[in-house]
Amino acid sequence: MARGQGAALDRKKLMADPIMVGTIVVLITFLTIFILYPLAILLVDSVVGDGSLSLSAFRRIFAMPTFTRAITNTLKVGFLVGILSTVVGLLFAYVEVYVKVGRVVGGLFKVVSMLPVVSPPFVLSLSMIMLFGKSGIITKFLLGIKDNSVYGFWGIVVVQALTFFPVCYMMLKGLLKNIDPSLEEAARDMGASRGKVFMTVTLPLLLPGLGNAFLVTFIESIADFANPMIIGGSYDTLATTIYLQITGAYDKVGAAAMAVVLLAITLVMFAVQKYYLEAKTAATLTGKASRGRMLIGERRVTLPLTILCALATIFVIMMYLCVPIGALFPTWGYKFTPLTFKWFGQVFTRYKGFQAFRDSFVLSLISAPITALLSMIISYLVVKRKFKAKGFIEAVSMLAMAVPGTVLGVGYIRGFSGGLFHTGLLQGIYGSAAILIIVFVVRSLPTGTRSGISALRQIDKSIEESAYDMGADSFKVFMTVTLPLIKDSFLSGLVTAFVRSITAISAIILLVTPQFLLITVQINEFAEKGSYSLACAFATILIIITYGSVLLMNLVMKFFGTSRKLKEDE
Amino acid sequence: MAKEKKGVRLEHISKIYQDPKTKKDFYAVKDTSLTIEPGSFVTLLGPSGCGKTTTLRMIAGFESPDEGEIYLGNEAINALTPNKRDTAMVFQSYALLPHYNIFDNVAYGLKLRKLDKETIKTKVMDILKLVGLEGMEGRMTNQLSGGQQQRVALARALVLEPGVLLFDEPLSNLDAKLRVSMRTEIRRIQQEAGITAIYVTHDQSEAMALSDQIIIMEKGVVAQIGTPQEVYYHPSNEFVADFIGEANFLRGTLVNADTADIGGHKVAVEASGQSAGSACTLVLRPESAVLGDAGQLPCKVVLSCFMGSYQNYHVMVGDTLVKITDFNPKSKKIYAVGDDAWVAFTKEDVHVL
Repeated sequence: MARGQGAALDRKKLMADPIMVGTIVVLITFLTIFILYPLAILLVDSVVGDGSLSLSAFRRIFAMPTFTRAITNTLKVGFLVGILSTVVGLLFAYVEVYVKVGRVVGGLFKVVSMLPVVSPPFVLSLSMIMLFGKSGIITKFLLGIKDNSVYGFWGIVVVQALTFFPVCYMMLKGLLKNIDPSLEEAARDMGASRGKVFMTVTLPLLLPGLGNAFLVTFIESIADFANPMIIGGSYDTLATTIYLQITGAYDKVGAAAMAVVLLAITLVMFAVQKYYLEAKTAATLTGKASRGRMLIGERRVTLPLTILCALATIFVIMMYLCVPIGALFPTWGYKFTPLTFKWFGQVFTRYKGFQAFRDSFVLSLISAPITALLSMIISYLVVKRKFKAKGFIEAVSMLAMAVPGTVLGVGYIRGFSGGLFHTGLLQGIYGSAAILIIVFVVRSLPTGTRSGISALRQIDKSIEESAYDMGADSFKVFMTVTLPLIKDSFLSGLVTAFVRSITAISAIILLVTPQFLLITVQINEFAEKGSYSLACAFATILIIITYGSVLLMNLVMKFFGTSRKLKEDE
Repeated sequence: MAKEKKGVRLEHISKIYQDPKTKKDFYAVKDTSLTIEPGSFVTLLGPSGCGKTTTLRMIAGFESPDEGEIYLGNEAINALTPNKRDTAMVFQSYALLPHYNIFDNVAYGLKLRKLDKETIKTKVMDILKLVGLEGMEGRMTNQLSGGQQQRVALARALVLEPGVLLFDEPLSNLDAKLRVSMRTEIRRIQQEAGITAIYVTHDQSEAMALSDQIIIMEKGVVAQIGTPQEVYYHPSNEFVADFIGEANFLRGTLVNADTADIGGHKVAVEASGQSAGSACTLVLRPESAVLGDAGQLPCKVVLSCFMGSYQNYHVMVGDTLVKITDFNPKSKKIYAVGDDAWVAFTKEDVHVL
């Protein structure tokens, strides 16, 4: 059997569509240059660092005690954070889906799941130091403990678990909702107690999902740069070690080799998560629940669970509130009254706050629509079209998800500071605004693509086929059918990309040049120097900006969202 | 109405797919040649997986044939993309554009053809009238019933005045009653528009009611092409006989050109081309035979059930179960389970395979 003719015809049909071909070529070029190439150059550089092919760079870094310690540190933190986040996430998800809770508690849950999305990544580290540190409000002034150190292992673990558990909560909530209640009812009917049902039905069904959640947070924790940077103290993780290797020791080859190690670790986990656990999760929990679930109303179950969740929620909210309030104290740790706006003033008068916000804002504003459009185009091509390079496009844009920001940053330094392959080609973009925008785009692309793909999968393929059949070419189909149908997803992709960009730090801190002041980099600097009030003032304004844009998005969606109506019909 | 009715010709068309589980290639459609006359209504009929939808999608251009060539009119269209083909398709799920109202849905293809506003308006209104949706043009698609959505899908395809109209199981999402009235409607509109139509379905009664020609497919291969009467009364093999209507199969040997031997009993048949002594199978439709005290084949009744318009019998002829629907049983003798009787039919009522 020869499928040659069919394939040749498909190719011919594709070529008859120049816009489509052009788009694919541009996409492939973009993905190759800005995702694959920087990673490849890391590998190349660390193997042929000094001209000859050798593993000397790896031998050298593995001989460094700081590096080997960083590996164990990273894995220890990641493991514990993964477990803690999954457990807390499960608790919240279970309570939301299975237990009757009051409206207030339900509302609080929403806030908690929302907060990490709109806040810069290191806010919790700041408040952790301010609440529980040496001169923390709670430790020093409420409990009278002096010299309590939050820096190090436990500091990172607590902060990361609090930062990442909402991710698990969202994932597990979706899975729990998909469990058919009649399975559990059948078990109850056969005489199992609530606890028994949970242990023998719910939990086993959820197990791959739990593994999935664990690995996702594990990867996030390993890739996290900002929190270990601020609260890690001398406890270095891989991400911070790589950063210090470049900024402190100016050892670019060593940093490249370290980045390769970090990348290898995340890639392996990502592969397990993506190809093994996700498939398993989908296999055990398919379809939709046949009908609503009888919520558990027994007080002996609801009371302890609700209290537990409420306590956790209050703790998280307190941590977040600490930042804006902290910015109002005259001197943190010494003088709490009268509340003052002087730090906010100083942000703008003495510390070039205006420029920082303008730079961050403008760069993110430019990158957000590029990201949103690019991810929608990728999703469209992946879900709706068939062509040879599709697998490549999908794989590379998903690969970006597994790449820690620090690794990407080092890759860009190695890959572009001397131009492409150190030839000077494209060297102009290094240190320019363009490279910052590109990093923003690449960093947000996977999330956007993922949500775009899931939105598009919900749309019946024949809707686009019908437009195609009536005479529209690919471009017309995309503009008049696909995009309008996923307007909501596009809008939220836009805002997510904006928020992610304006709060990004890990890759950008390695690439930013003095001509640009970025808020996150400023906050990091002030926090490093111990000027927590200033850091808080910066962070507060940042949170207001991000939260404002999310609110704006919801408002826009309310008035212009069409896809909402469609969803209700399902 | 159509600018030009076009015929469709498939020459040795094959489509190969890969089985996702076994990773083995198989023919979804194999070496299929068809000629569809301009202006005719042709149905591709068969069970799921027989290749009928694949064939339709190859004509529309969504799939590319691995072998052979497709002609629309006299033009070879293999390399044309769906938007460049003079075909219009009505989809199973209607595939209306949910963000447009009815008018814009129907006008979509016309706008792409850059017609002026007035022409578009006239054409859309005319076609909405034809399908019986006058005054609904301002509604959104989700405000319509399934039948109305189906009409919009039909209008949207018709308004483009395509050379060929393609239907992909358009009625399968409707309830039974609506299905019957919609298929009459589709036939009327096709006749009025004078358009070539290719219709895919797995519902044999739909195929019977609609078609000038039925093309029955099995496992990627055409099993028979013919008018509804031809495929019903003269099925080319057991698959066709069984798929179209209900059929009893009586196995025996041919004694001579017009006599068959079924379990020792001589049965008169119409002369077929087969030679004496060869094995044969007789196709006997349940409504073509009655039970009586005399007849061609002796039998024992194993089920007797009054159904109103007919008496439903299952009888054993030797080892073979034969179903008989004896219509208008009011004044007839009714046999009970366990009775011995004879199956009676004329030689015109059996078809020799």
